[in-house]
Amino acid sequence: MLARLAASRFLEIRQVFRQVKKILSHYPSNYKQSAVIPLLDLAQQQHGGWLPVSAMNASCNILFNKIIEVAPIRVYEVATFYSMFNRSKVGKYHLLVCGTTPCMIRGAREIEDALLKHLGVKRNEVTKDGLFSVGETECMGCCVNAPMITVADYSNGSEGYTYNYYEDITPKRVVEIVELLRKGEKLPPGTQNPGRIKSGPEGGNTTLLSEPKPPPCRDLDAC
Amino acid sequence: MGLGLLASKALKPTASRLLSSQNPRSLLFLSRTVTSTPELQKPEQAAQAQPEPTPDLPPRTPLAGARVHFPNPDDAIEVFVDGYPVKIPKGMTVLQACEVAGVDIPRFCYHSRLSIAGNCRMCLVEVEKSPKPVASCAMPALPGMKIKTDTPIAKKAREGVMEFLLMNHPLDCPICDQGGECDLQDQSMAFGSDRGRFTEMKRSVVDKNLGPLVKTVMTRCIQCTRCVRFATEVAGVQDLGMLGRGSGEEIGTYVEKLMTSELSGNVIDICPVGALTSKPFAFKARNWELKGTETIDVTDAVGSNIRIDSRGPEVMRIIPRLNEDINEEWISDKTRFCYDGLKRQRLNDPMIRGADGRFKPVSWRDALAVVAEIAHQVKPEEIVGVAGQLSDAESMMALKDFLNKLGSNNVWCEKNGMFHDADLRSGYLMNTSISDLEKADVFLLVGTQPRVEAAMVNARIRKTVRATHAKVGYIGPPADFNYDHEHLGTGPQTLKEIAEGRHSFSSALSNAKNPVIIVGAGLFNRKDKDAIFSAVEAIAKSAKAVRPDWNGLNVLLLSAGQAAALDLGLVPESENCLESAKFVYLMGADDVNLENIPKDAFVVYQGHHGDQGVYRANVVLPAAAFSEKEGTYENTEGCTQQTVPAVPTVGDARDDWKIIRALSEVAGVRLPYDTLTAIRSRIKTVAPNLLHVDEREPATFSTSLKPQSNQELSSEPFGTAIENFYMTDSITRASKIMAQCSALLLKK
Repeated sequence: MLARLAASRFLEIRQVFRQVKKILSHYPSNYKQSAVIPLLDLAQQQHGGWLPVSAMNASCNILFNKIIEVAPIRVYEVATFYSMFNRSKVGKYHLLVCGTTPCMIRGAREIEDALLKHLGVKRNEVTKDGLFSVGETECMGCCVNAPMITVADYSNGSEGYTYNYYEDITPKRVVEIVELLRKGEKLPPGTQNPGRIKSGPEGGNTTLLSEPKPPPCRDLDAC
Repeated sequence: MGLGLLASKALKPTASRLLSSQNPRSLLFLSRTVTSTPELQKPEQAAQAQPEPTPDLPPRTPLAGARVHFPNPDDAIEVFVDGYPVKIPKGMTVLQACEVAGVDIPRFCYHSRLSIAGNCRMCLVEVEKSPKPVASCAMPALPGMKIKTDTPIAKKAREGVMEFLLMNHPLDCPICDQGGECDLQDQSMAFGSDRGRFTEMKRSVVDKNLGPLVKTVMTRCIQCTRCVRFATEVAGVQDLGMLGRGSGEEIGTYVEKLMTSELSGNVIDICPVGALTSKPFAFKARNWELKGTETIDVTDAVGSNIRIDSRGPEVMRIIPRLNEDINEEWISDKTRFCYDGLKRQRLNDPMIRGADGRFKPVSWRDALAVVAEIAHQVKPEEIVGVAGQLSDAESMMALKDFLNKLGSNNVWCEKNGMFHDADLRSGYLMNTSISDLEKADVFLLVGTQPRVEAAMVNARIRKTVRATHAKVGYIGPPADFNYDHEHLGTGPQTLKEIAEGRHSFSSALSNAKNPVIIVGAGLFNRKDKDAIFSAVEAIAKSAKAVRPDWNGLNVLLLSAGQAAALDLGLVPESENCLESAKFVYLMGADDVNLENIPKDAFVVYQGHHGDQGVYRANVVLPAAAFSEKEGTYENTEGCTQQTVPAVPTVGDARDDWKIIRALSEVAGVRLPYDTLTAIRSRIKTVAPNLLHVDEREPATFSTSLKPQSNQELSSEPFGTAIENFYMTDSITRASKIMAQCSALLLKK
């Protein structure tokens, strides 16, 4: 049993190092400190979606000091600057409700209220079973299909990590999404409006129905 | 951007025609007489007096500290600051151009010795054809740029920035230690509003613990990041950082770490507000109550330029003075915070140890009579004098003359050791000079740990390494460095390998353009000192470190008195005179090997602190400390500087040389000088360079005159010269702050 645990742990560590190596390969050796953000992201995925000081210490000691030669305080600066690095515990599914103007106009507050009511938590709190937490995000660029939520899925470690958008949601649909996630079902990301394809208009295209005309060319002979 | 400038502008039309070449300050006086000068009534003469048309502007003098240096004359560009043309080298920023033109731009985050951050936005100026005000500290000046610093747009921009800065800044100036010397306070007088429009709550930030020296009130922080940049760039410790973002932004350390740097006190000076202030000085005094005395530091051999701020008889704080050649504008924590040692454990009265082993205060007359009597009872060769590491040149001269008159020549300065020869100045000075270390491209440190021995020299080396990626090789025990270095070995064997060209570092040295070899003065006490020095000279020869245009062979001394002592020839006659001594005169010497003094010897301790020497002494004569006397010191690079008394002496203490002069008279061997001038003319006959104050006197002859040594190198590895950076002499050992530092910051 122990041997198997050790073997799986070893495989895990090897897996991590393969990922670290891959991340580092994206950067030239004289700019390898640029890898701080992806490496911190990897550490966050490995650690169930958040970066406690212990995780940061571990990654500082091994990764940052030795491999990319960045002082702990510089890593700490990065981790505290970006809101995508969670410095408190989150659920396995971290639900981020977009609260920027277009989503807010289209009912983001109701969505958040429905979520919080359904899960029985406050914002940035984790449910008792540790599955869900609700946070707020700034604009994700899905304003066409507002309102939207983002689901950061930390349930499968860094390999199965997904960060999906669910758009065109309603207070009813968001509860359904939560329940589907709870059951572990995979549901397609993107718009939740069956009448819409991607970010196209509801019920099919309304303009540009015919073949587009070629651009008008200047009659060179007439000049 | 003062009144003088504005005034001179107002006077421009009348005054500039005649007086365009004069200082604007004089315009104030002369402007009335201009109309009555006879030249003005006679147009021909006026034309003669003004042969060529000069721009219709008063000339301006660059602000203090603004230096224009053209490395390549082709790179000069011309910009216009408020219409006044200035020539500056390419690559200068708009702010620097304004400084050259004599216009002071308000700033918080910009500091000439740190990298540019551009985040306070206080230095906004208007540039013609630019749609927005420009942050002058971060904008490179371009040819023909028309910079306007006093337009309504620039003023309004700065007022807006100031309003934002004051938004979250607490209104606690009356209880803030920075009050009176605060950049924010000063600049808000010029650009601040008399009322705020901000009605929300001000933010507050938890204070950080940065150690026993720096007090933090983080709510006052304006996020200029000067301290972060100082720690990273100058001090070389990545301890401070800017955490969080937006309104939650704050200066912090990585999870409650202390700031562990020997230069940490400088963040107090560079902080433009009261966020980082001196912990020992907190709530002690206001800066306008203090009397500043410009003097020098003696806690190490660098001779950093300092200002002692005192109130009445008490030294309140020590802050650095600008000296580009020595300490730039930084000082070490030991220099800055040793001052409380000047108030503790001081010797007040002359004392004689009674038969019961206890000291009894006596009068000067009695004490001197006892000492003189004993001095005559012993044989001349049994008389020994040791000058302490803080001794000034005058007192060492007097001590040597006094002992010579008694017939003994066994006198030396404690840190120099017993085997030193003072024949060639190049053998004990930093011949490269501290500022020229910046030209070096390879360093070889032999048995020296500059970070603890001379923090300011280390800061120079770090600056060089950071700027030019100079290589540093180090031979000695494992030590703390704040720059990249190569640990080549621990002892003389490595030195031998390099000297014989068998080491990989030899090629780096011989390929270097300006190699620098620094030998630690800690090696003076080794038996194989001559062999080490000849090995070092061999390395210097093969690396061509000593040339007419470059002298890269250096010795880094440990204490303030050392260089002057060797210049004055304080070298003992015999090696083990201390063991056979019957009469020992310790002039502030505490670090001499006191166990070697025979039990029956009569020991006189003359000094300012009840330190180690007093435990062995039979008679104690109280003397003045460096803050209380006028004394000449020579630093490790051979620069002579003088201390100036800042506070009166304690109790019945006297200047060192005066005590010896009085003693000589009681002993019947009267020394022929009664004044400081007289003793200095005596010094002039021995070491005239000690009279050229604030001048560096380089050593003329290199070590080529030295006879060949046929000593063998021992295999014993080099030791550390200084175990505890914070406690090296009697003043720092008496300091409570230094004790706290050693307890907290040296913890491994």
